[in-house]
Amino acid sequence: MRGPFDFALRLGDDALIAAQRLAEWSTRAPEMEEDIALANIALDQLGAARLLLTYAGELEGAGRDEDALAYLRDDREFRNCLLVELPNGDFAVTMAKLLFLSAYQLPLYTALSGCADERLAAIGAKARKESAYHLDHASLWVRRLGDGTAESHRRMQAAVDEIWPYSHEVFTPDPAAPVDPATLRADFDATVTGVLDEATLTLPRNAWVPSGGREGVHTEHLSYLLAEMQVLHRAHPGAKW
Amino acid sequence: MVSDPRAAVASVVDPEIRVITIDELGILRSVDEDPATGRVVVTITPTYTGCPAMDVIRADIRRALAAAGHPDAEVRTVFAPAWSTDWISATGRAKLAAAGIAPPGPARHDGAVPLTLAVRCPRCGSPETEQVSRFGSTACKALWRCRSCSEPFDHLKAL
Repeated sequence: MRGPFDFALRLGDDALIAAQRLAEWSTRAPEMEEDIALANIALDQLGAARLLLTYAGELEGAGRDEDALAYLRDDREFRNCLLVELPNGDFAVTMAKLLFLSAYQLPLYTALSGCADERLAAIGAKARKESAYHLDHASLWVRRLGDGTAESHRRMQAAVDEIWPYSHEVFTPDPAAPVDPATLRADFDATVTGVLDEATLTLPRNAWVPSGGREGVHTEHLSYLLAEMQVLHRAHPGAKW
Repeated sequence: MVSDPRAAVASVVDPEIRVITIDELGILRSVDEDPATGRVVVTITPTYTGCPAMDVIRADIRRALAAAGHPDAEVRTVFAPAWSTDWISATGRAKLAAAGIAPPGPARHDGAVPLTLAVRCPRCGSPETEQVSRFGSTACKALWRCRSCSEPFDHLKAL
């Protein structure tokens, strides 16, 4: 049985790890405007992560604040989906990840904005406006690359094929949760197939469905990400700007 | 000397868009005085969840209140109802435009359908403009370019 703490932690970890991965593009994006865009999206994700982890800490009641949850847990204690921890790959892979993530987060936050928990409802109402921009941005690039040159089409299709299996994990049913993730699947499918159709891309057949993130069983990529994210805080506990 | 706390807080400028006050931007939700203790309680709401200016805004509010004779003010942050660019006042919009930042159009309704309205160039007034990037120098702005005068400009995006 999962309580509200686990639910807030899952969502907060998704946003936190997505933010950290996207921030890796800073100074490395294909063009300056894209650099700024990815940093902005990372900042939105970080903002949502801070609200969700702060709330998770309060629900747990063990005195852990957002920093304790972000910096002082090991990989097995993180509950993010595998999708967000995967390496950025090339730009097409990053856009495939962002498309699947935002096509899930937008209906999630929208549903959350109407849930009974006031804090989660407020966070959802705020974050869904930002998610709509993330989805617009990812959709635009997936369409541009998919319906672009032969090479951009090839790489965008390869990215979709590689990332698609990781998109299923977030919809694992949890009827007791404030929002049952299984109820978001239809919305997600409609968004993604619409974008991919316009992009002249096809979905791979569902075969392999990797999961484990929600139970703390992650890919090898998460530990490296955490090492970089946590080193400063762990080396200088309690340090402030 | 103790002066009106509301006026003191309302005059605090946004640290990232320094031509507009937090009141004109619509992020100042309320200024109340506890009738028993006289303590001032200010409520603000962020434009974006990750807005990095919030800490500076909180500090600026406390500083303004201290200068107005209210040294022990409390600043609360609320997230509901979520901020909308529709809350930017007419004065605020005029100030943004005068500073070369195209003010936002009406916020789009719920959902992911993008609303495309012509954005007028804040320099030459031409509606012949194009979006360069939907993300700009701060979380709340997008980068646009005028096809008439060729100048790039910031646009506070509707939210």
